[in-house]
Amino acid sequence: MIPGKELRVHPIRDGTVIDHINAGQAMNVLKILGITGSSSAVISVAMNVSSQDIKYKDIVKIEDRELEDKEVDKISLISPNATINIIRDFGVADKHRVELPEMVESMVKCSNPNCISNTNEPVTSKFEVKKDPIRLRCIYCEHVIEENIAEHLI
Amino acid sequence: MTNDRRHIVSMKDFTRDEIDFILERAVTLETLARSGRSDILTGKILALLFYEPSTRTRMSFETAMLRLGGSVLNLGSKEASSIVKGETLADTIRVISTYSDAIVLRHPSEGSARMAAEFASVPIINGGDGAGHHPTQTLLDLYTIKKESHLDNLDIAIVGDLKYGRTVHSLAYALSLYGANITFVSPHQLKMPEQIKGDLKAMGARVSETENLDEVLDSVDVLYITRIQKERFPDPTEYNKVVGAYKITGEHFDSVREDMIIMHPLPRVYEIDSSVDNSPHARYFEQSFYGVPIRMALLTIVLGVDV
Ligand SMILES: Nc1ncnc2c1ncn2[C@@H]1O[C@H](COP(=O)(O)OP(=O)(O)OP(=O)(O)O)[C@@H](O)[C@H]1O
Ligand SMILES: [Mg+2]
Ligand SMILES: [Zn+2]
Repeated sequence: MIPGKELRVHPIRDGTVIDHINAGQAMNVLKILGITGSSSAVISVAMNVSSQDIKYKDIVKIEDRELEDKEVDKISLISPNATINIIRDFGVADKHRVELPEMVESMVKCSNPNCISNTNEPVTSKFEVKKDPIRLRCIYCEHVIEENIAEHLI
Repeated sequence: MTNDRRHIVSMKDFTRDEIDFILERAVTLETLARSGRSDILTGKILALLFYEPSTRTRMSFETAMLRLGGSVLNLGSKEASSIVKGETLADTIRVISTYSDAIVLRHPSEGSARMAAEFASVPIINGGDGAGHHPTQTLLDLYTIKKESHLDNLDIAIVGDLKYGRTVHSLAYALSLYGANITFVSPHQLKMPEQIKGDLKAMGARVSETENLDEVLDSVDVLYITRIQKERFPDPTEYNKVVGAYKITGEHFDSVREDMIIMHPLPRVYEIDSSVDNSPHARYFEQSFYGVPIRMALLTIVLGVDV
């Protein structure tokens, strides 16, 4: 890539750029990646960047790290249009859009306090995913989560 | 079709064809449900696992099983809670599966029946999971409508607590499979959630709502009354006002459709005046009887027995 085009932070040699994050969700993406103030990872975050395709977007760049499938699935729940760019030797080696899974397991906590998945029973939470807008339906109690999904991520 | 359905967990699992199949099976069994005994399920054992008290559901399952010639293992709420103290429901279900051919479960947690179905080696029938589902109630409601009114081109008013009353949600869902014209009648505090209304419309129901019962009385085939719980109202005077406004009395029937029927899942408290009981419109006691043929039908279906 040609540095300077959209590069508001210094280029990274190897790592991951999560692009086209819904504006306002960058911090939640960091949370999904387990990045806190005390992490040693080198991270840069750009928020409310204007872009041709979305009005405003956030971008997260992480050095020396590629994402696990489960992290990508979680990102898809809060930012279904995000793209994952794998950076190798300063260039974009691979690019793909996140994909909403049809079902998510052990990723979201059911917001119904009386749901069997919130007890000591040997089950993990399972949700069916519906698109446009994203709605998660608990397969146990059928409770639907459609707002502030980030708050329910485990 | 559908003689292979194993578990009865939520109305959302059923297609209209499957519901029709169950209702037809209940028609076949209704005479037997009224009296006598057969050997259709001889040798089969039904476990009733009730973590919460219930009279109608538990007894009608018992009756259903006895009329079909089967036997019942009855674990009342007291035994259930003491026998299984500290044990997970998942373990209890695995154990009871080895003692019985099918299990009826009532449990206070929503989604418990779905989970039980994952662990059971025999069919699970949801007898009510918390504020969640109660599919056998919905099926007996549909059966009542089929027998005492008609499921096609139905005009129905559903009255009462439509916000928290989730059995009402499953009923509305099932009726939308029949393209019913549904009017929701409730105080504004207890309106049907927007999202559910959206789902119902998407499925083919015609949906409208009002706070005023008088507006719909004269144009419905079925008046389905539900209980309004005191706990929903922080202010008791507000509660009394609401209860008064939705109470059904004989005065309501001057210009209703001649064949209009009144249903209620029972127990009723203040919603229907006892003077209505002898009116030609009252059907709530028949409705409660219809729980027997419906549960007989479900038992034969989950146990894979032809009738
Ligand atoms: N070496 C690098 N260091 C840091 N960020 C980079 C690096 N290379 C690319 N990026 C960033 O990764 C993202 C994807 O880069 P790319 O060159 O594919 O941009 P693009 O053509 O705009 O892609 P898209 O069509 O996905 O928007 C951009 O946000 C870009 O700024
Ligand atoms: Mg771009
Ligand atoms: Zn749930």
